[in-house]
Amino acid sequence: MNRHLISAGDLSRDDALLILDTAEELARVADRPIKKLPTLRGRTVVNLFFEDSTRTRISFEAAAKRLSADVINFSAKGSSVAKGESLKDTALTLEAMGADGVVIRHSASGAPHRLAGWVRGSVVNAGDGTHEHPTQALLDAFTIRRRLGRLDGLRVTIVGDILHSRVARSNVLLLNTLAAEVTLVGPPTLLPVALDTWPCGVSYDLDATVPKTDVIMMLRVQQERMNDAFFPSVREYSRRYGLDAARMALLPEHAIVMHPGPMNRGVEIAAGVADAPRSTVVEQVANGVSVRMAVLYLLLGGMEVPA
Amino acid sequence: MTGGPAGAGTTWLITGARLAGGEQEDLLISDGVIAEAGRRVSRAGAEVIDAGGLIALPGLVDLHSHLREPGREDAETVATGTAAAALGGFTAVHAMANTEPVADTAGVVEQVWRLGRQAGHCDVYPVGAVTQGLAGAKLAELGAMADSAARVRVFSDDGHCVWDALLMRRALEYVKAFDGVIAQHAQEPGLTAGAQLNEGEMSGKLGLAGWPAVAEEAVIARDCLLAAHVGSRLHICHVSTAGSVEIIRWAKSKGWRVTAEVTPHHLLLTDELAASYDPVYKVNPPLRTAADVAALRAALADGTIDCVATDHAPHAVEYKETEWAVAAFGMTGFETALRVVQEAMVETGLLDWAGVVDRMSARPARIGHLAGHGQPLRAGAPACLTLYDPSVRAEVDASASPSKSRNTPFAGMVLPGRVVATFLRGTPSVLEGKLA
Repeated sequence: MNRHLISAGDLSRDDALLILDTAEELARVADRPIKKLPTLRGRTVVNLFFEDSTRTRISFEAAAKRLSADVINFSAKGSSVAKGESLKDTALTLEAMGADGVVIRHSASGAPHRLAGWVRGSVVNAGDGTHEHPTQALLDAFTIRRRLGRLDGLRVTIVGDILHSRVARSNVLLLNTLAAEVTLVGPPTLLPVALDTWPCGVSYDLDATVPKTDVIMMLRVQQERMNDAFFPSVREYSRRYGLDAARMALLPEHAIVMHPGPMNRGVEIAAGVADAPRSTVVEQVANGVSVRMAVLYLLLGGMEVPA
Repeated sequence: MTGGPAGAGTTWLITGARLAGGEQEDLLISDGVIAEAGRRVSRAGAEVIDAGGLIALPGLVDLHSHLREPGREDAETVATGTAAAALGGFTAVHAMANTEPVADTAGVVEQVWRLGRQAGHCDVYPVGAVTQGLAGAKLAELGAMADSAARVRVFSDDGHCVWDALLMRRALEYVKAFDGVIAQHAQEPGLTAGAQLNEGEMSGKLGLAGWPAVAEEAVIARDCLLAAHVGSRLHICHVSTAGSVEIIRWAKSKGWRVTAEVTPHHLLLTDELAASYDPVYKVNPPLRTAADVAALRAALADGTIDCVATDHAPHAVEYKETEWAVAAFGMTGFETALRVVQEAMVETGLLDWAGVVDRMSARPARIGHLAGHGQPLRAGAPACLTLYDPSVRAEVDASASPSKSRNTPFAGMVLPGRVVATFLRGTPSVLEGKLA
């Protein structure tokens, strides 16, 4: 495995399966009365968050702490040359503090690539701009495998703002590596050009796709897309690309419904769908901690997982 | 070369150079002009340069560069920029107007022009802003700049597009009074808000906001029609797409007075380089696809694109050592321009050396109305010339540049060629590959 986890595309099939299998073992820790392992004792993990994301930050923080790492949370304002500290200077500061791992969340695509050139520790991409979010894809794959028993050959439909979605990019790459069949669905304004070069199918028609789906993943519609004329109105978006009870009824019986959160209930997903038994939204959050534990453990080179 | 002090006032005898890559001739340089050209020229007391194996080219002319002075002397000055230009074989460069303050008055263009004279490495022709402060709202005093000591003939808001159609029409019309030309930075602002990289496979994969080809092409099409309507001269800056080439080819077929330039980097590099997220590859217009590169090369070869212009755009290091999205646009280019053109155009058989002379000296001089540049190397012509060794290949060493900036995308690449000497009106600015 690479020293860093920056793109889901950097993971071989064996790497990905090793992370998922390790996460399964580590998940058992969560069931113990004392949810803690000594494996990363003495290691320092910095959560470097240039974007507010309490959910992702506390997930990484819980993962690192359960492995007994020292955790430093570093919240920074979006960097620019004109004002504030540059990303490079922040990187040099972390380097001076001896960070073994840096978990970075940043509004600029590629920020983790730049950081990796400036620090010696491992860099974990916790979401960079509109590029990737590889641990989200790993926790999604973990969740699918737990619910449906496999990934190979499963039909996964990802619905919504593909253009700006780091979740979609990482999921397409990882699910392709794990031999699932991905179809992207959304209004044409929110699909990137040149999608024909991506390893997945594309459709504008959600109703036609839903019956041929084992896993449906609904993406959050960001407020700024609503204001930026990508679609005529939130209601029209919801009618054409939202998952309501009627559409959910078209899914095969075994199919599951996923959402990376935070959800806009009533927009891309109806409240009743979000809370349905086939919805995995809450499991995804729990699985996120296990998967991030596995990533930190494998990248930072901890000891053997105690039986 | 024989010893002894040499410089202004010296008579030079250049022996055995292939003129524009053709026949071997000797050139006698005296009093700022080529006094004699031919076989077995001799002159007692002349400094002799044995130019066997070298090509003699008329001094290169750049229609598009950023010298950053006044205002951003941390990135470049007229003196450091023109020193780099001389090392690249240039004897005349145009300096774009996006300085601080903007070159939108006779005072600022005269300052830039005078700084060029003082530095003495090559002639500096300031480009005047089309609109006040490059704001795209009101015409700058184009006539005052034309009448100034700097004698401005090329006007551009480069870095910004003159996007308002009526303002562009007025600018094109107005400069007819002094045979000026509007050099348009073609970029439709609404289609490129926040844009980072050519919109295509790479922008989609890298999650960088797409910069569609149509944002350039739509403005070029509109401006060709405007230039035709008012019967004026339009020059298109840094053409970067295959579609732009088609539109310019069509406009030229109508006999409209449209000219165009392409940068060396758009002739050699593609958007795939952005996969590293290293902003040294961030430039406006963005690097495009291999198909665009092929179309640009073909257009330069057939003359649809008139000339190569560097768009030398130096930036202080902190503007590139950042995340991609916050980094500045631009690349340095003076010292690598001729080498890149050899690699992209000559080594590929698309242009011979006479063609290189046309695209890098004669035509840009004609577009800018530069009387003392771009002339064939024969007796009586101004002694503005470059001696170039096309036979060597070497890695590009950014650290060796006199430029204040190091943002070259070619650093570490192996490119052909070496500028051996540059003469500006009989005075060497470069000798033995070093500043004279």
